[in-house]
Amino acid sequence: MGPCVRRDGLLRVLFALVGLIVGVVLGTAPAEAHPHVWITAKSEVVYAPDGTITGVRHAWTFDEMFTTYALQGLASKTKGVYTREELAPLAQTNVESLKEFNFFTFAKADGKKQKFVDPVDYFLEYKDSELTLHFMLPLKTPFKAQQTALEVFDPSYFIDFKFDDKDPIKLNGAPASCKMQFQRPNDGTANAQRLNEKNFMDGDNSNYGAMFANKIMVDCP
Amino acid sequence: MGLARAIAITAAAFAAVIVCDAALHALMAQNPFGGPRPPAEPPAGGVIGWILAKQSEFYREMSSTIRAAKSDGSAVWSLLGISFAYGVFHAAGPGHGKAVISSYLVANEETARRGIALSFVSALLQALVAVALVAVFAWLLSSTAKTMCSAEKAIEIVSYALIAAFGARLVWTKGGGFMRALQAKPEPPPAMAAEHQHDHGQHDHAHHHHDHGHDHHDHHVHDHAHGPAHVHDEHCGHSHGPTPDQLAGPGGWRRGLGAIFAVGMRPCSGAILVLVFSLAQGLFWAGIAATFVMGLGTAITVATIAVIAVSAKGLARRLSAGREGGGALVMRGIEFGAAGLVLLFGLGLLFGYLAAERATCL
Repeated sequence: MGPCVRRDGLLRVLFALVGLIVGVVLGTAPAEAHPHVWITAKSEVVYAPDGTITGVRHAWTFDEMFTTYALQGLASKTKGVYTREELAPLAQTNVESLKEFNFFTFAKADGKKQKFVDPVDYFLEYKDSELTLHFMLPLKTPFKAQQTALEVFDPSYFIDFKFDDKDPIKLNGAPASCKMQFQRPNDGTANAQRLNEKNFMDGDNSNYGAMFANKIMVDCP
Repeated sequence: MGLARAIAITAAAFAAVIVCDAALHALMAQNPFGGPRPPAEPPAGGVIGWILAKQSEFYREMSSTIRAAKSDGSAVWSLLGISFAYGVFHAAGPGHGKAVISSYLVANEETARRGIALSFVSALLQALVAVALVAVFAWLLSSTAKTMCSAEKAIEIVSYALIAAFGARLVWTKGGGFMRALQAKPEPPPAMAAEHQHDHGQHDHAHHHHDHGHDHHDHHVHDHAHGPAHVHDEHCGHSHGPTPDQLAGPGGWRRGLGAIFAVGMRPCSGAILVLVFSLAQGLFWAGIAATFVMGLGTAITVATIAVIAVSAKGLARRLSAGREGGGALVMRGIEFGAAGLVLLFGLGLLFGYLAAERATCL
C-alpha cells in the first residue's frame, strides 16, 4: 500500500519541475542565440552644413563564409574578381533584405526614436575574399539634438556586429562642439556580454541581441 | 531512478564534451593549420553564456579549418572534431527541435529508447536536407544566394506548418483522453476499498485512450478478467501505456515519423553555410562529412534532453500514483499540455511569434 499514500506536496514539486522544464524550453526558444554571420563595421554619422544629422553611412564587411554564400552562383568575367557592376544585383538584394531588419540601425534623438528611409548610394566591394557593403541610410526627418544615440546590432543575434578597431565611427561634418562616445558590446564597463541564466529563465529575451549592441552617443551642447 | 540516470548521462555527456574540447585545443595547438586560437575564454555568464561562447568559437573555427584542409588533409580531422562539438553545443542552445521532440515524447506514452531513436533519425534527416539543398541549388543549378534563401524560407514555412499540424493532431487525440479523465474525476472516493468500481472506470478510460484499435467488447473482457490480485496494481493509478510490442509495431513507428519530419525538415543555417563554403573551396565532401558529424553531435544533445523529458514523466507517473483516482487525470493533463505545447510551437513559429534560427537571407 506504500505507493498509495497521498503526496500532494510532492505533486506540487513535480508540477513546479515540469513548469520549469517547459519554461526553459519555451523561454530559450524565441532567440537564436549565436551568430552565423559576422560583420566588421565602419560607420559615419553624416551632418548637413547647418548641423542637422541627415543619416548614417555604413561600410559593413562580411566574414569569409557568408561572403562565399552570398557570391554563390554569381557570374564574374575573371575568376575570383568581382567588379562593382557584377555585384550590383547582390547589393540590391542586400539592401532590400536589410529593410526587414530596420538595417540593424536604431537612432534616438534626445530619447525619441527616429526612422530611416531606404538606403541610397549602395554598392558592394570584393577584396581579400570578403565583401563590403557600402550604403547611406538617410533619416526620414533630419534632426538636431542635444543627445543623439545610435545603436547597431541584430536583436536576434544572427549577425554579430563588431566595429572596426581602427576608426570605428566618424562624425562627418559635425559642429565642433559635438563630442562622441563609443561603447562596444564587450566593453568591460558595459557588462553587456554577461549572459546569465536569469535572462533565460525570465523568458523575456525578445531583445536578447541588445546585449550585443554597439552604442554611439553624440552630445552637442 | 530514471531521472537520476538521465542526470548522470547528461553530466557524463558534458564531461565528455569538455574533455573533447580540451583535446581539440591541444590538437590544434600542434597543428599549424589549426586556425587562429581565440585570445582568451570569455567571462562565462553561467552555463548558457558558456554554451553560447563555445558554439560561436567552434563555428568561427570551421571556415579556417576547411581552408586549411585544402593543403593539409589532416585538417579534415580537426574539422570533424569541431563540427561534432559545434553540433553538441548548437543543440544545447535555443532551438525548436528538442522542444518539439521532448513535448512529443511527453505527450505520448514513449520510451526513452524511442526518444533517442527519434533524436538521431531527425538529426540525420536534417543533415540530409542540408546536403541535398546545397547539392541541388549550389552545385547542380549554380543558383544565387537569393534563390537559395527563397528555398530555405519555403522549407522553413512548410516545416513550421508541419509542426503545427502535428501538434494539432496530438491535441486532438490527447484532448479526448484528458476530457474523459476530467469527467471521471468529480467523485473522489472516500476510501480505497470503495474505489474498486471507480478505478476500473478510470482504467478503462486510460486504456481506451491508448488503444484505439480495441473495440469496446474487448475492453469489457479485459476489465472483467482482472482478478482481485490485480486491483492493487491498477488501483494505484498506474496509467496503462502500450506494451513494448505495441510500440515496436508498425503503427508506433508511423506515429514517430511525424515528429521526425516536423523536426528534421528544416536544415540548420550553419550547416548550409559550411556546405556552400566547402563547395567553393573544392572540398564539398569534407563539408558533407562535417554536416553529418554536426548532426551526430546535435542528436546526442537532443537525445539527452529527450531522455530527461521521458524520465520526468516517469517520475510524474510514480508520484501521481499516490493520488488515488487523480493519477490518470494528472497524467492525461500532462500529456494534453505537452500536445498543446507542440501546437503552440508550430503556430508561434509559423506566425512569427517565436523566432527560430532564421534563414541566411541578406
